[in-house]
Amino acid sequence: MARRLWISALIVPPLAFVALFVVYPIASAFAYAFFQWHGLARGEFVGFANFYKVLFTQPYMEWTVNAFLHNVLVFFALMVLQNGVGFLLAYCLWRELPGAAFHRISVFLPVVLSTIIVGFLWKLFLHPLFGVVNISLRGVGLGSLAQPWLGQDSTALWALIAANAWHMVGFPTLVFLAGMQRIPGEILDAVRMETESEWVKISKIVWPLVAPSATVVFTLLFVGSFNWFELPYVMAGLDGSPHGATDVLGLYFYRTAFGNQSGAAQDFGAGSALAVLIFLFIAIVAGFITFRLRAREIQI
Amino acid sequence: MKKLVLSTIAALGALATALPAAAQELTFWSWRQEDKAQYEKFIDAFEAKNPGITVKFEAFEATNYNTILSTALAGGSGPDVMFARAYGGLETVASGGYLLPLDKDNVPALANFAPAALAAESMRSDKTTYAVPFASQTMLVIYNKDVFEKNGISEPQTWDELVQVSEKLKAAGIMPFANGTATAWQNEVVVGGIASTIMGRAFYDDLMGGKADFTDKRYVEALTKLKEISKYFPDGFIGLDYASAQQLFSSGMAGMFVGGSYELSNFKKQNPDIKLGIFATPGLKAEDEKLVAQYFDGGYAVNAKTANKEAALKFVNFLASQEFGQMFADGLNNISAVPGVTFRNELLGEVAELNKHSIPYIMLVHFRYGEPSGSVLLQSEIQKLLSGKATPEEVGKNLTTGLANWYAPFKK
Repeated sequence: MARRLWISALIVPPLAFVALFVVYPIASAFAYAFFQWHGLARGEFVGFANFYKVLFTQPYMEWTVNAFLHNVLVFFALMVLQNGVGFLLAYCLWRELPGAAFHRISVFLPVVLSTIIVGFLWKLFLHPLFGVVNISLRGVGLGSLAQPWLGQDSTALWALIAANAWHMVGFPTLVFLAGMQRIPGEILDAVRMETESEWVKISKIVWPLVAPSATVVFTLLFVGSFNWFELPYVMAGLDGSPHGATDVLGLYFYRTAFGNQSGAAQDFGAGSALAVLIFLFIAIVAGFITFRLRAREIQI
Repeated sequence: MKKLVLSTIAALGALATALPAAAQELTFWSWRQEDKAQYEKFIDAFEAKNPGITVKFEAFEATNYNTILSTALAGGSGPDVMFARAYGGLETVASGGYLLPLDKDNVPALANFAPAALAAESMRSDKTTYAVPFASQTMLVIYNKDVFEKNGISEPQTWDELVQVSEKLKAAGIMPFANGTATAWQNEVVVGGIASTIMGRAFYDDLMGGKADFTDKRYVEALTKLKEISKYFPDGFIGLDYASAQQLFSSGMAGMFVGGSYELSNFKKQNPDIKLGIFATPGLKAEDEKLVAQYFDGGYAVNAKTANKEAALKFVNFLASQEFGQMFADGLNNISAVPGVTFRNELLGEVAELNKHSIPYIMLVHFRYGEPSGSVLLQSEIQKLLSGKATPEEVGKNLTTGLANWYAPFKK
């Protein structure tokens, strides 16, 4: 009995905290989405009208599709540039190529920087006149490749993706590396008896055995890509400059719900509807991904 | 003895009732963190005249101000007196009934304000004013006087002269314009500052009268000229953000900056030695009326639910007084909206002079009442125009069809 009391005394405060600061806001956003809003005042119940508005009426429909497709692109690009490169880096570190100790630290170092700092840093790197990227290109005689990176619709989103990959690549690297270090030595010795091919080793042994790590980084990347906000906000601004080329769901939701200085009135209803849709999409797909990836994990 | 006790109680009672009146504290919210020191001075002047009322000035980051204020007001709290945005931004807050209506009875000085200024702080639906307008801003061309002098050039009187001036600066190794358009709202600024003269007052009148839309050839001509002059913006200007553009100008690397009158004090702060001049963009012919684009910036509003209504109104009446307007103009180097203010700062005087030939800053003033807003459309369309992704005709068409989503006169 005393033990039970003791346990509930420990559980209740965090539970109350989560209920107040996580469950309640999500639930109220759900509720807000079903009402019409006059500025800040809640109006009448309108059912699914807000959802219909952001999904099927102009100009919202166009904005929603545009932002969503950018999120999809970001997810697949980062899957290659962040998780793919992270896996290769982890493999190199695991194989202890020369300088592994130094690289282990330097690969992970950017991860500890705040996104705001990384955003400003890369904005400076990509500055059209004084940025280190363009100056370097000019310095090695490739001046024709120097671009106003953040000002062109063809390069702006990719510049953000590159900055994000640079910032976060250390995270999947670390998770994969931890996974690789858990692979028992006997298995590796057994492989060595059969073949010297690195490719066979990666594809037949390492990759299947780091499946739990892959589940973690894939799921987190999916959630992160569809919640992407800070970096585009810092580097491209609330409007997804230039002309919506870097607009993503996070920015679009923020503009709609809380207003944009250049926009019309804020719309809590449409904004909440967007938030609910984003939440449901992420929860369902992330659940599905986790379920499928778990199934292929092997217990050693 | 009994008498003494009674009188003590009476005295204490009197004190207790007098105390709340003696210490009324007003909270005053703002989005101008950079003006905090000046506002403290204005408040000192007010407090000196109104003993018993203290005002606490709190400033928030400008881009988050709307969110912070909205959340506070919706939650039933919020400041007693606050900065309110103008036009559509005001309506968001006022339509929820969060602001106290102001009129000739509670703020008599409002009667003398310019109609355009009051319109900026009124709701269109009930024609009620909700804030005392504080300043107007003007979109124009700012230039570096030293750079102009050194290169032997003076303010251009025709469009061709503007091109010649730009060529001359370019040949001398100076960037003619410092402007960059990576920051979305700067695109709207550039249109207001450089294209108003070419589109002309007649176009504005026709637009408002329902006789023209943005496909009008005068508007398209204005955009064509803007595209033409953007040749003299810095290399890679479409990737150049607002802060960098300001620095290019204030450091003297560029000769001109298309911007708002609010930049004048920014540039002075960044480089106290800079000598600034201003002009309105010239038209094709020297005799064309040179126009600037003007809008009102915001106002001071009273929380409808304030517990200190009387003190708050006293304070807002002070903010509407000529005495305050003069301090505001002198201290903040801004064009006060209070009538009868004289400008000791020579440049401000010039801005006030240019304002006599102005049209409203079109998208901000008239087209921020629905989605997509004219400003958002214009900003992204100009980014397309300047990066070669759209022609002036296409921009005009996209603006019109975009606005037709909610602007009745454009619906066909």
